[in-house]
Amino acid sequence: MYRQHTFKALSLASVIGAIGLLPGTAAAEVEQYVIDTKGAHAFVQFRIKHLGYSWLYGRFNEFGGAFSYDTEDPSNSTIEVDIQTASLDSNHAERDKHLRGEDFLEVDKYPEASFKSTKVDWADDGTGTVTGDFTLRGVTKPVTIAVEEIGAGPDPWGGYRRGFQGETSFPLKDFGIDYDLGPASTDVEIILSVEGIRQ
Amino acid sequence: MRITNTRDSYGLLAILLHWLVAAAVVGLFALGLWMVELTYYDTWYRTAPAIHKSVGVLLFGVVVVRLAWRQLGPRPAPLDSHRPFERRAAAVTHALLYALLIAVMLTGYLISTADGRPIDVFGLFQVPAIISGLPNQADIAGKVHLYLAVTLVSIAGLHALAALKHHLLDHDRTLLRMLGRHPAAKIGTDA
Repeated sequence: MYRQHTFKALSLASVIGAIGLLPGTAAAEVEQYVIDTKGAHAFVQFRIKHLGYSWLYGRFNEFGGAFSYDTEDPSNSTIEVDIQTASLDSNHAERDKHLRGEDFLEVDKYPEASFKSTKVDWADDGTGTVTGDFTLRGVTKPVTIAVEEIGAGPDPWGGYRRGFQGETSFPLKDFGIDYDLGPASTDVEIILSVEGIRQ
Repeated sequence: MRITNTRDSYGLLAILLHWLVAAAVVGLFALGLWMVELTYYDTWYRTAPAIHKSVGVLLFGVVVVRLAWRQLGPRPAPLDSHRPFERRAAAVTHALLYALLIAVMLTGYLISTADGRPIDVFGLFQVPAIISGLPNQADIAGKVHLYLAVTLVSIAGLHALAALKHHLLDHDRTLLRMLGRHPAAKIGTDA
């Protein structure tokens, strides 16, 4: 078994190597990253106005994902994130229970939310937009996230990391949530803080 | 009317406790079903749950007193006219009602204290959270609270139907005893 795996890995490596040697192909490196949820260096947060008087923050504690980053052409990058909706945490158990229930996320029926990028537009100043299909409560709609690269480089333990912050907002109604929280609280903002470990 | 029970009749305290618990259970059940349907901009959105919790905590104290009183004092024996089946059914029902009462109140407590917040009782005192942070505590306790409450009220309904059956069909003193009527009182006459 072990040998078979080794062979496969070898042949895969040689194929990738051969592609790299093909004339006309740029030496662009598409790096693969896994979002560091294990070390909790990534956050899926949301905020929504309370009565229009203050911001209420919450987050999803369980999620996972990966992204690719094209160092030559960042617009060629991709990202995918899956969120366990039941892991919602707004620091108040009774409110969380309400938010997990039928009035809001209905997590029994829709245990997962996801985002899958379809298009990345990257500017030279380290910012860009990521457009993708966002699925929440069984509804899939395109959402555009404004992204800023925070930094990238080696970590102290022999790895390499790259991190971004993304922000977007949308009306809750777009995803079938029509509970009346008041006129100032129709839209939710999502703040994604993502650090990936290069594979 | 005497305060304590005899082997033949319920005393004032037992009767008051019985009807107090009955009224509280029906009231809390209705309030509970109503309050979870309230929306954010309803006036009672915050006050109804606060009242529900406060009354629930006080009811727990009442039930503890009632159970202690039941253990301590003499307990009226079943009427001679009650058949063995009726006596067994009554005993099982009463035990179930007490068990469900306690279980409903404990699960309610677990919802509100799931993240360590205490329960405030009409601003008078607070019941601290003892068990908190269990996985999905508020959600699971909430579901169990509802199911147990529906079961409790259903069995209480059977209990009430049985009392009416004794009163209207059997013409015995089962219900009258819990209304504090004198043993000699006849049905249909005012004491």
